[in-house]
Amino acid sequence: MSEEVMKKPETAQDPVFTISSSPHIRDGESIDHIMWQVNLALLPAAVFAVYWFGIPALINMLVGIIFAIASEYVWQRAMGQPITAFDGSACITGLLLAMSMSPLLPPYMVAVGSALAIVVAKQSMGGLGFNIFNPAHIGRAALMVSWPIAMTTWSAMGDASGGVDAVTSATPLNILKLQGYDALVNTFGGQGEMYQALLLGTRNGSLGETSTLLLLLGGGYLIWKGYVNWVVPAVMLLTVAVLTWIFGPAGLFTGDPLFHVMAGGLILGAFFMATDMVTIPMTIKGQIIFAAGAGAITVLIRLVGGYPEGVCYSLLLMNAVTPLIDRLVKPRIFGAGEGK
Amino acid sequence: MFRNFLGGIHPKDGKELAKAQPIEAMPLPSEVVIPMSQHIGAPCTPTVKVGDMVKRGQVIGTSEAFMHADIHASLSGKVTKIDVFPHSGRISCQAVVIESDGQDAWLEGLPLHRDWEKMEKEEILDAIRSAGIVGMGGATFPAHIKLKPSKSVDVLIINGAECEPYLTADYRLMLEEPQRIVTGTRILARILGVKETYIGIEDNKPDAIAALETACEGTGIQVAPLKTKYPQGAEKMLIYAISGREVPCGGLPMDVGAVVQNAGTVAAIADAVVEGLPLTERVTTVSGDAVKHPKNLRIRIGTRYRDVIDYCGGFGEQPDKLLAGGPMMGFAQFSLDVPVMKGSSGILGLTKNITAHGRERACIRCGRCVKACPMGLVPSMLSILGERQAYARARDDYGVMNCIECGSCTFVCPAKRNIVQYIRLTKGELRAEMAREKAKAAKEQGAKK
Repeated sequence: MSEEVMKKPETAQDPVFTISSSPHIRDGESIDHIMWQVNLALLPAAVFAVYWFGIPALINMLVGIIFAIASEYVWQRAMGQPITAFDGSACITGLLLAMSMSPLLPPYMVAVGSALAIVVAKQSMGGLGFNIFNPAHIGRAALMVSWPIAMTTWSAMGDASGGVDAVTSATPLNILKLQGYDALVNTFGGQGEMYQALLLGTRNGSLGETSTLLLLLGGGYLIWKGYVNWVVPAVMLLTVAVLTWIFGPAGLFTGDPLFHVMAGGLILGAFFMATDMVTIPMTIKGQIIFAAGAGAITVLIRLVGGYPEGVCYSLLLMNAVTPLIDRLVKPRIFGAGEGK
Repeated sequence: MFRNFLGGIHPKDGKELAKAQPIEAMPLPSEVVIPMSQHIGAPCTPTVKVGDMVKRGQVIGTSEAFMHADIHASLSGKVTKIDVFPHSGRISCQAVVIESDGQDAWLEGLPLHRDWEKMEKEEILDAIRSAGIVGMGGATFPAHIKLKPSKSVDVLIINGAECEPYLTADYRLMLEEPQRIVTGTRILARILGVKETYIGIEDNKPDAIAALETACEGTGIQVAPLKTKYPQGAEKMLIYAISGREVPCGGLPMDVGAVVQNAGTVAAIADAVVEGLPLTERVTTVSGDAVKHPKNLRIRIGTRYRDVIDYCGGFGEQPDKLLAGGPMMGFAQFSLDVPVMKGSSGILGLTKNITAHGRERACIRCGRCVKACPMGLVPSMLSILGERQAYARARDDYGVMNCIECGSCTFVCPAKRNIVQYIRLTKGELRAEMAREKAKAAKEQGAKK
């Protein structure tokens, strides 16, 4: 290029323009915004947990959140990485972890679980986006093998006063596993009462999993906002419903699908964990396979396995095959093969 | 109702800035800088020398190569320089500078008044070729080559989608001069011998749709209102939306019997055929939040951006980016000295408020890009493979060469990943690799002989 043209701009006060490859506009969505929206969607169920299980629930959730964020912050400082501990994703991990465990769990255990979730399952994999497994579930699984008794100690059922006496009670799924369906219905005083308790959350269980109604509210919000595809939770719930109905306690087609859908951590798992962007397939087809697989494994564990509840492990197992699903299930490229 | 292609995005269109501004002829600049490459294909070689007097419409650049479009003087005056100048698409390029003599005189004999209906097909094609017309939506493919497809075609589609945000030049043209578009469309329909002809327009321009519907009455041309969605104006998406045909991977529109031309291009074709006028001016949208008075201007080819922006009142706010074309696929410019060319659909000045975005982070696999991709690709994976330089895998397992680089994936990415940029890198590396292999094979062949 001739020197005359390139060397001096015609006027000195020309603005200096930024040069980059297109596109030059982006939409307003960000990781932080998505993550805090998910936290917001968890809030109603979390608030109910404090009402239903009392202050220990609040303490456990706060401990979970604080230790998750702190672990991430310390790790990132130590590794000289940009600090993203406050982007909301660590908050989700801590909150989900606390919500998926007994309200009676000593807070230090929650802290250990949170730190393990962040350090082992998330940051050592490379941080947000690179974790294969849902960190909250890894944290929960680690605590399950470390403190199995504490992890399966539940508060007294229906104790709305918030006073937690260390009476070892059982969750509905526990009763079902150990004493059968009739005993389960009797515990609630009738089938209608049982459904009502499961819907409202006035039952025993992990601290954030009980209120079906409020979890549906949060999940519905995420669907409405477009962060969650309704197909994913729908397929997982439907799979569980169909399979538990078919393989009932008194032979084929005698099961209680409504109970199974609302019991345990299924609603929490289907709306907030089976939809965790990072650890599920990227395509809708892949997500349907994921959700159906998670539903089927949940039923397998609940009905045949040794544990009363299987949501956590089923999701972890499906997380493990997610890269494989993503490799095999791709969208059809426009113009490839059969056109419509 | 017409079809809806999969994917796509809905950016804020920013069209309100210039949409109400009627097309205005910009006064003649004192000099024009006319680049010798304004088309896909071989650059032209100047046919004039410094000191020559030229008239508007006179050929000043041509090439022996098949793939080229002649370049014409856009005003009358004296050739003062032939040198390398900034260029909006390729950084720099040889250009001919013409100082205006103020006469603005057409080449002798122009304009003509011909009855195109009595002209032979070859005569029409020749008129289009010698007018130097290229695709004016921005692709700049020489029109006369596109109009001689090697396969039989049965549908002609005029692209009036104008899906790029901010741009309103085609919209104003369709609204104000629908007759030129209809004439050009009828000419093309005749020489191509197509059965069906459509003008595709996004349904956010109801007045343009109405204007063309009126102008098309009795001509057999159908106006096709299309869903407003970016990239509706992408050739493959447009053909699918209107005809339901999918251009096969690696194929061309003619593989499914279709030819697409931009609305501005057919208007220029009408002028070339009926009046014999070469392409020396075009309608360009000058807009963006940094430009004081956004306008739709009829501008002579070779007018510097500096003159255009000055005519629009200069920058009202500090611009961060100066763009040639739209914000989704346009090119960022480093200098106000780049000239308007045949493919300049827009000149945009955007402030940081519009262009700024957060820091790039790792993919969180949210799948928004997969949903947005109109080509059915997995952009997130392509960006990761590009980042890791796994170019062959991006091609073999993920079909990277099918990417049309519309940028929808990058627009929606919450991690602000430069997805389409990684894809361009990948495609560039793969093409370079192919060229190297070809050169190597040719060398070996030569050595054997």
